[in-house]
Amino acid sequence: MSSPLKVRIRSVLKSAGCLQNGLEVIGDDADLHAAGLTSHATVSLMLALEEAFDIEFPDRLLRRRTFSSIDAIAEALGEIGVRDEAT
Amino acid sequence: MSPWLAAARAVGAEIAARHADDVDVRARFPGEALAALKDRKLLGILVPESAGGPGAGIADVVSVCHELGQHCASTAMIYAMHQIQTACIVQHAGQDPWLRTFLKRLAEDQLLLASATSEAGVGGDVRSSICALTERRGRFSLVKQAPVISYGEESDAILVTARRTPQSPASDQVIVVVPRAGVEFQPQETWNTLGMRGTCSKGHRLTVEGEMAQVIPVPYADVSSQTMLPVSHLVWSALWLGIASDALGRARAFVRAEVKTSSGESPPGGGRLAGAAIELQTMKSNLITCLRAYEAAIGSADRLSAISFAVAMNNLKLASSQSVVKIVGEAMLICGLAGYRIDSRFSVGRHLRDAHSAAVMVNNDRIIANNATLALALRDDRELLA
Ligand SMILES: Cc1cc2nc3c(=O)[nH]c(=O)nc-3n(C[C@H](O)[C@H](O)[C@H](O)COP(=O)(O)OP(=O)(O)OC[C@H]3O[C@@H](n4cnc5c(N)ncnc54)[C@H](O)[C@@H]3O)c2cc1C
Repeated sequence: MSSPLKVRIRSVLKSAGCLQNGLEVIGDDADLHAAGLTSHATVSLMLALEEAFDIEFPDRLLRRRTFSSIDAIAEALGEIGVRDEAT
Repeated sequence: MSPWLAAARAVGAEIAARHADDVDVRARFPGEALAALKDRKLLGILVPESAGGPGAGIADVVSVCHELGQHCASTAMIYAMHQIQTACIVQHAGQDPWLRTFLKRLAEDQLLLASATSEAGVGGDVRSSICALTERRGRFSLVKQAPVISYGEESDAILVTARRTPQSPASDQVIVVVPRAGVEFQPQETWNTLGMRGTCSKGHRLTVEGEMAQVIPVPYADVSSQTMLPVSHLVWSALWLGIASDALGRARAFVRAEVKTSSGESPPGGGRLAGAAIELQTMKSNLITCLRAYEAAIGSADRLSAISFAVAMNNLKLASSQSVVKIVGEAMLICGLAGYRIDSRFSVGRHLRDAHSAAVMVNNDRIIANNATLALALRDDRELLA
């Protein structure tokens, strides 16, 4: 079972329309870039996450690796104080 | 001066400069200069000591490009493109035995590397591929419609980008090192351009085969953002600076000659010369700043893939490619008709045509569009000396 945080990340990914093919088949640890997340889409995803979680990513997290998987995004969000709970 | 720069100066002044006009007029490969660069072992300088090379740094390559740019821009561009490919292998080969052995050979035999990143159908968007690797029993094959491959037929190996598998999305790419024996070139387009004519950047249908071990073991996305992009923008900017310096040098010589014959009155071109020197200084400062930023980040994947770093390196390319055209244009105005003529020693016609390739070599509009996206994620830079 995916954590509530990861479920929310998934729904942001879905509504931001960052990936062309089926988000359903992508695991939490799967490489999003290999799944087609372009650098352009990475920036859109970053903005969508900031909006959804009402946060701002600090400069040190603005790199490709931060957005490389659902797990990595969850970890980054955890680092800036987003709690893993259902809303 | 490093021994490499001294060697480059000798090759540039004695050989590349001598043939530069002929290379340009006939749009032919600068074979004499490239043979001399090989002789003096300048092709393998980036290869680390652990692989049998001298282990020069990117600053050494940047200086060589700047030097060569002052003598023959096509020679400088060929050298620059070769070193971009070498840097990608040096930085990302890891412990892959095939690639390590290849680097050894590069240093020993002074192999010349070419590149096929552009592809018909995706324009200059090198971060998308249509072609894909097809793997079978540890070997791959690949067909690519490459609209521009500089000096492909003169090269000893070529680095080709493609989708990882036929099922992969366009952005999931790898880059593979293919020695000449594994490549079949079918020439499709000639290279008859305004400038950079000696790069012989013809279009080809490439049919490529090899072992999977030839694939660089990290995604091309990382090779591109951490090495190919910053190194390209650094070496290109260095040689464009070389073109600009040489043009301005001609303008200075022209103004000096005027002063001598006009009994000391200040010559009409003097003010313009002083103005162009500001632009040249800015161009140089920007290059050095970005070179230092790259040197500080090298080895840290995190720093190299930071958005602010990517934007800075793109800005370098955008600014340098515009400055070179501006400075050479000023040099022409300073020399007047003597600069406009193609048969005078003050001619900057070749410089001007070569300079205009800078904005189309990965189109500036495309880079600005990329930066427009990245800019949304940038944070303010509050501290001056941070
Ligand atoms: C001297 C030289 C040597 C080269 N050598 C090589 C080589 O060895 N190997 C190799 O692979 N390639 C090489 N190239 C090709 C280079 O890497 C680019 O792919 C090529 O210059 C882009 O060509 P293009 O203008 O047709 O394509 P595009 O970049 O597609 O540009 C075409 C037009 O579309 C516009 N445009 C396209 N996309 C956008 C966008 N997103 N936003 C705004 N405007 C856009 C541009 O403004 C331009 O007017 C070389 C190019 C030069 C000039």
